[in-house]
Amino acid sequence: MSVVTNTTTIGAIDAPSRRNTELALLVFAVAIPVFAYANVGLAMTDKLPSGMLGYGLGLGLLAGVSHLVVRKFAPYADPLLLPLATLLNGLGLVLIWRLDQSPRLIQRAKGLFGAFHPDAPKQLLYTALGIALFIAVLMLLKDHRILQRYTYISMAAALFLLILPMFFPAVNGAKIWISIPGLGTIQPGEFAKIIIAVFFSGYLMVKRDALALASRRFMGLYLPRGRDLGPILVVWGISILILVFETDLGTSLLFFGLFVVMLYVATERTSWIVFGLLMSAAGAVAVASFEPHVQSRVNAWLDPFACYKTDKTGACEQIGQAIMSFGSGGTLGTGLGQGNSDLIGFAANADFILSTVGEELGLAGMMAILLIYGLIVERGVRTALAARDPFGKLLAIGLSGAFALQVFVVAGGVMGLIPLTGMTMPFLAQGGSSVIANWALIGILIRISDTARRPAPAPAPSPDAEMTQVVRP
Amino acid sequence: MNKPLRRIAIFCGLLIMALMIRDNWLQYVRADELNAHKYNRRVQIERFAHERGNIITADGQPMTASKETSGSDYKFKRTWNNGTLWSPVTGYNSQAFDSSQLENIEDKILSGNDDRLFFDRTLSMFTGEKKQGGNVVTTLNSAAQKAAFEGLGDKKGAVAAIDPRTGAILALASTPSYDPSVFAGNTKADSDARQKLLQDKDKPMLNRALRETYPPGSTFKVVTASAALENGLYSSIDEPTRSPLPYTLPQSTTPLKNEGSIPCENANLKVALQWSCNTVFGKISDDLGNEKMIKEANKFGFNDEVFTPVRADASVYPKDNRPQNAMAGIGQASNRATPLQMAMVAAAVANDGKLMKPYMVDQLQAPNLDVLSKTQPEKMSQPLSAANAQKVQALMENVVTDGTGKKGAIDGVTVGGKTGTAQHGLNNSEKPYAWFISYAKTDQGSPVAVAVVVEDGDANRDDITGGGLAAPIAKAVMKAVLKK
Repeated sequence: MSVVTNTTTIGAIDAPSRRNTELALLVFAVAIPVFAYANVGLAMTDKLPSGMLGYGLGLGLLAGVSHLVVRKFAPYADPLLLPLATLLNGLGLVLIWRLDQSPRLIQRAKGLFGAFHPDAPKQLLYTALGIALFIAVLMLLKDHRILQRYTYISMAAALFLLILPMFFPAVNGAKIWISIPGLGTIQPGEFAKIIIAVFFSGYLMVKRDALALASRRFMGLYLPRGRDLGPILVVWGISILILVFETDLGTSLLFFGLFVVMLYVATERTSWIVFGLLMSAAGAVAVASFEPHVQSRVNAWLDPFACYKTDKTGACEQIGQAIMSFGSGGTLGTGLGQGNSDLIGFAANADFILSTVGEELGLAGMMAILLIYGLIVERGVRTALAARDPFGKLLAIGLSGAFALQVFVVAGGVMGLIPLTGMTMPFLAQGGSSVIANWALIGILIRISDTARRPAPAPAPSPDAEMTQVVRP
Repeated sequence: MNKPLRRIAIFCGLLIMALMIRDNWLQYVRADELNAHKYNRRVQIERFAHERGNIITADGQPMTASKETSGSDYKFKRTWNNGTLWSPVTGYNSQAFDSSQLENIEDKILSGNDDRLFFDRTLSMFTGEKKQGGNVVTTLNSAAQKAAFEGLGDKKGAVAAIDPRTGAILALASTPSYDPSVFAGNTKADSDARQKLLQDKDKPMLNRALRETYPPGSTFKVVTASAALENGLYSSIDEPTRSPLPYTLPQSTTPLKNEGSIPCENANLKVALQWSCNTVFGKISDDLGNEKMIKEANKFGFNDEVFTPVRADASVYPKDNRPQNAMAGIGQASNRATPLQMAMVAAAVANDGKLMKPYMVDQLQAPNLDVLSKTQPEKMSQPLSAANAQKVQALMENVVTDGTGKKGAIDGVTVGGKTGTAQHGLNNSEKPYAWFISYAKTDQGSPVAVAVVVEDGDANRDDITGGGLAAPIAKAVMKAVLKK
C-alpha cells in the first residue's frame, strides 16, 4: 500500500472532505463584499445603501445553495475554489455598483446614449445564471471523463463559436461579440475557452505518444515529424485568423497559449514551447505590421501618454487614464467610492475594472486580488496534479492555464505591461458571458478535484507497482 | 505528466508575479509621478474639490470667495468681491487656466493641501468635517486700495503704497484692470472672456505696479541726491552745488535743459530739488560716476527682482557711458523703475534710511483661523545714514511745501514728495509719464510711502506733470492710510 501512495498522486488517500472549511471560508467570502458595499454607500452618500440587505442575502443565498450542491454532489471537492470565486464575484458586483453611482459615468451615458442603465442589477442576474450553470455542471456531470466522448463535437462547437463573431459588426474595434436581438450581446470566446480545452484534452490524450516519441533530436531539441506538426500548425493558423478577422490579440493569444501549454504537458517535450513561442511571436509581429487596430493598441502600450500630445480632446486616453488611475491610488488607495477611476469613462466597469481596484483599494488591494486569482490557478494546477486520469489532468491544467493566461493578458494590458486586449477580468468585470462561463469553468474544476480527492475506490494496485514489488523472505 | 505540470505551475506563478511587480512599479515606485502627472485630471479635480480659502485684507475684508458649481468635474469655483480692484494683488485662479500671483504662490494653503494643514486634515477625517482651504491674510489696506484705484480712474497707470516702518504693502493698484472671475470657470464663455482680455491692446492683465518698468524721470533725483550726500559730495543741503547753467552733457555738445527758466545755476540741493533742476542732478550723477550711482541705486533695490512674495520685475540702473550716466541721474536714458521700486525709494527716505523688504502676506491661517505662519518685517538694506535720510526728508518736504509737489500736501501732516515727468519714445516723441512719489509722517514715524505713475495717452502733453496728474492720487492714498 505504501508503495502505491508513493507512485500515485498527492493526497489521494483518506483525504478529509473539508466541506466545513469551505463553509467557513464562504462566510468570509460573503461578508467581505457586504462590508465593501456598506463602505461604498457611506463614502458616497454618507448612509448605508438601501439595497444592502437584499444584496447581502442574495449573495449569501447563492453561495449557500452552491455550497449545499457541492456538499451533496462533489463532497471531496477542493474547498478553496468556491469561496475564492464567490469573493471575486461579490467584489466585482460591489465595484460595478460603485461605478453605477458615479455622476461622471451617468452623465457620460446620458450624453452618448440618451439614457443611463445601471449595470449592477444585470450583473447580479448573470451571477445567478452563472451559479445555476455551476450547479447544473455539478449535478449533471457526474464524472468529467464523460466529456471525453465529445472530443470532436467540442472541436466543431469551439470552431463555430470562435468563427461566429466574424459575421457580426465590430464593437469598439474588436469582433469578439455576437448580438442577438432582444437578448443582448454574447462574447462566445468565453465559452469557447472551456469547450476547446475539452477538445485539446481529448485529442492530446490519444495522440500524445505519437507526438512525444516519434521525433528526431537536433541541437538538444526533439523535433517532431512533419506530419505531427499538423495539429499545432492548424491551431496556430486559426489563432492568426482570429487575430486578423476579429482583431483581438487577447483571444488569439489565449487559444494559442492554451494549446501550447497542453501540448507540453501531454508530450513532456520542451521543443513545443520553443516552437510555440517562435510561432506566436512571428504571427503577432506579422499581423501587427499591417492591422491598424492592433497597431494602435501597440502604440498606446509603447507610449501611453502619446495621444495626449496629439489629441487634445482625449478620445484615445484609455490606457494613460488607467495607468494614472493606478498611480493615484498609491499604497493604500483612496478608499472605495472616493477615487476618480471613472475618468476612464469607456468600459470603466468592464475591461478597466481593475483600475478601480487599484485606485480605490490601492497597491494593498491589488496584491490581494492578484493573489486570489493566483490561488484559483494554484488550486486548478493542484487538481491537475492530483487527478488520476490523463484526461482529467489535461482538462484541469487547460482550464487553469487558460484562466491564468486570461488574468495575465487582461491585468497586464490594463497595467500597461503588454498591449491592451478586449478581454475581461474573470468574475470581477461586468459582462454576462464572462461570469457565466467562468462559473462553469469553476464547476468543472470542482468536479475534477472531487474525483481526484475522493478516496480511491478500491486498493487496486497498478500493474507497475506489482512488478516492482520487493519480495522479502 | 506531473513534471511538466509542476513547470506549468511555476510558469503561472511567474505570470502572476510579473503582474505584481508591474503593479508595485505603478502604484509604489511611480505613484507620486503619476499622481502629479500633467495629464492627470485628478490634480485639478482635487484643487477644486473643496471650498477654497480666501485672501483677506489687513482690515479683515475678504477679496475673494468660493462658489459651489455643478455640471463639471470641478465642484468649487473662485469668485471675487470686486475683482477689478483686487486682481493686481490676488492674481487669477481658473479651473481651466491655472492661477497666478498669490492664488498661485499660496495655492497649497488656499486649497487645503499644504503639509502644515496635515494635522487639521487628519483631525477632520475623524470628526467628519469637510476639508477646507486656509486663508491668506495680506497687508493690504482696503481704504488705501480703493483710493488708489478710484484715483487712477479710467487713466492708465499704477500705484504702490508701502508702510516704510515694516515694508508692508498697503496698496497695489493697476489700471486698466480686469475681473478674474470672468474666466474662473472652464466653459467656452470663460475661454472667450480670457482671449478678449489677452487681445486687449491696453493689456488689462498686466500688473503695472509690479511687472512694468517706466523711466522714473525726476522722481529718481531723490536717489541722486541721496548718492551725493552718502558719498560726501556735499556735506549740507544748503551747500552750493557748483553747477553751471547751461550745462553740456560730458563728452558731447548736447546741452541738458531744464523745464522753463528756473534758478538752477550753482543752486544748492534744496533749491535744485524744489525746482527739479536737470542740470544740477545731471552734473551730480556725472561727478559721482556710473559705479557709485549704480551702487547707491542697488542699495535702494534697483537691478534685482523683489519677491513680495509675488515677483516684481527688476528695476534697472544701467552700466553706461558718461553722457548716458548723467541722463540716468535724472531718471532718463536707460534708467527704468517699477512703481513698487519708487515707493521703496520714498519709504527708505521716510524710514530714516532703513529700507524694509516689501511684503504683502502677513499671515497664513488654517481653516480654524490658527496662525500657521506670520511674516516678520525684515531689513533689506540701508541706502542712507539716518542723518543723511533726514536731510533728504527736508529736501522732499520742501518740494511739497514750496516746490512742484504742492498738490500732494495734506493739512496738518508732514508730507515729503517728488514729482516726475518722464520722457520716453524715440526723441521723446511719445506722451510722457507723470510720476509722484511721497510719504507722510506722524509722530510715530512714517506710516505710508506711495509711488504713483500715470501713463495718460489722452491728456494734453503740457498737462502731464507729476504734480498735476499723479500727486492728487498719492494724496488720496496717504489720506486713506492716515484716516484723515
